[in-house]
Amino acid sequence: MDKVCAVFGGSRGIGRAVAQLMAQKGYRLAIVSRNLEVAKVTAGELGGNHLAFRCDVAKEQDVQSTFQEMEKHLGPVNFLVNAAGINRDSLLVRTKTEDMISQLHTNLLGSMLTCKAAMKTMIQQGGSIVNVGSIIGLKGNVGQSAYSATKGGLVGFSRSLAKEVARKKIRVNVVAPGFIRTDMTRHLKEEHFKKNIPLGRFGETLEVAHAVVFLLESPYITGHVLIVDGGLQLTV
Amino acid sequence: MASQLRLRSALALVTGAGSGIGRAISVRLAAEGAAVAACDLDGAAAQDTVRLLGSPGSEDGAPRGKHAAFQADVSQGPAARRLLEEVQACFSRPPSVVVSCAGITRDEFLLHMSEEDWDRVIAVNLKGTFLVTQAAAQALVSSGGRGSIINISSIIGKVGNIGQTNYASSKAGVIGLTQTAARELGRHGIRCNSVLPGFIATPMTQKMPEKVKDKVTAMIPLGHMGDPEDVADVVAFLASEDSGYITGASVEVSGGLFM
Repeated sequence: MDKVCAVFGGSRGIGRAVAQLMAQKGYRLAIVSRNLEVAKVTAGELGGNHLAFRCDVAKEQDVQSTFQEMEKHLGPVNFLVNAAGINRDSLLVRTKTEDMISQLHTNLLGSMLTCKAAMKTMIQQGGSIVNVGSIIGLKGNVGQSAYSATKGGLVGFSRSLAKEVARKKIRVNVVAPGFIRTDMTRHLKEEHFKKNIPLGRFGETLEVAHAVVFLLESPYITGHVLIVDGGLQLTV
Repeated sequence: MASQLRLRSALALVTGAGSGIGRAISVRLAAEGAAVAACDLDGAAAQDTVRLLGSPGSEDGAPRGKHAAFQADVSQGPAARRLLEEVQACFSRPPSVVVSCAGITRDEFLLHMSEEDWDRVIAVNLKGTFLVTQAAAQALVSSGGRGSIINISSIIGKVGNIGQTNYASSKAGVIGLTQTAARELGRHGIRCNSVLPGFIATPMTQKMPEKVKDKVTAMIPLGHMGDPEDVADVVAFLASEDSGYITGASVEVSGGLFM
């Protein structure tokens, strides 16, 4: 029997690396993205019968219909990864309210909505959720106050949900990456930042993906925030 | 059981390997392909652990050193240093995975705790971890090898516990020690992480009165005590390259207790 894993934000970056690892481990994947075409390409590259879905996680109606579609075509979703995230970096005094709202909607509210939608199945059958946070959500960063708020909020949300549903055999954890080589960090000069990182380099998406998969499959870990940052949290 | 051999070329030193979590870690690391140097204060218990281990790397048939048992009191500097020398002499290389798991409890309320009980717990749990980490890191740095150092702390090191000022202090100390080691050793390619188990079914927690055990279990979100294998899973992950970008982290294995 296939175990089904939905990866929101699965078409690119960290989400895509998670999808690749989970596919290798024999899970059946739902690759969910705002851009259906990109999601289809990623799902196709995985080989096997993985499926792509279009969803804007900031829209509750989208999330609900996506879960209905996933269950119809793949079966019950017992593994959920929230890796859809955006950033609109600027100093708070220059940040537009609409940019605050769009980050909150995608990064925080979006993950809350997918978790809520997943509960229906998971409460019956158990399940495992990993939300992708950020070291910025734990430590803060200049120019990222709104982003930090969304990722910090995700930690409180995840711990609360972990407590609410632990007895239903549902585990909820967070992976908090540091600087990872993705589109989001492409504009950063690694030379400039790496002196603060004990391991002396940015991380790879695959390294974060291994941590996500580890938490998805660890039966006695819940409500935990696993930091994957090369030691950066110790120096900032 | 491990589905892959992530530790094929690793030599793992495990202290406190004679029982409980240390024994489960030894079994798990061996199952992932590592050669294991199992050390315990009780040498016979370490030998019993080694008898439980399969032969390393048997799948691809490559000849490798067998597992071996060692006896040492890691709270004594000369003994800890001799342990590393003996392991290197036995396997002709320093361990690339080092797990400090040796730990004791001497519980008493703060108001009544003797200086001796304080010193003994700090000596084994904190100083022992320092001595093993230091000797292993020295050997690794001078050989130019990469490595993963994993120190077993406790969820009690994060939140404290009634009757355990000594134990909680020692385990909080292990976190600080490990974070500092991570910062110092990162540039040598050595990662250092702590694992914080919650209440795990081991000889240490078997000593707890039934009433206390029931009370604690009721507080655990997942509703049951953990198995030593749950902790061994985490150690295997931290030992392997799957955690290649994780250093200075504390991984909680507590069923959600004291998150």
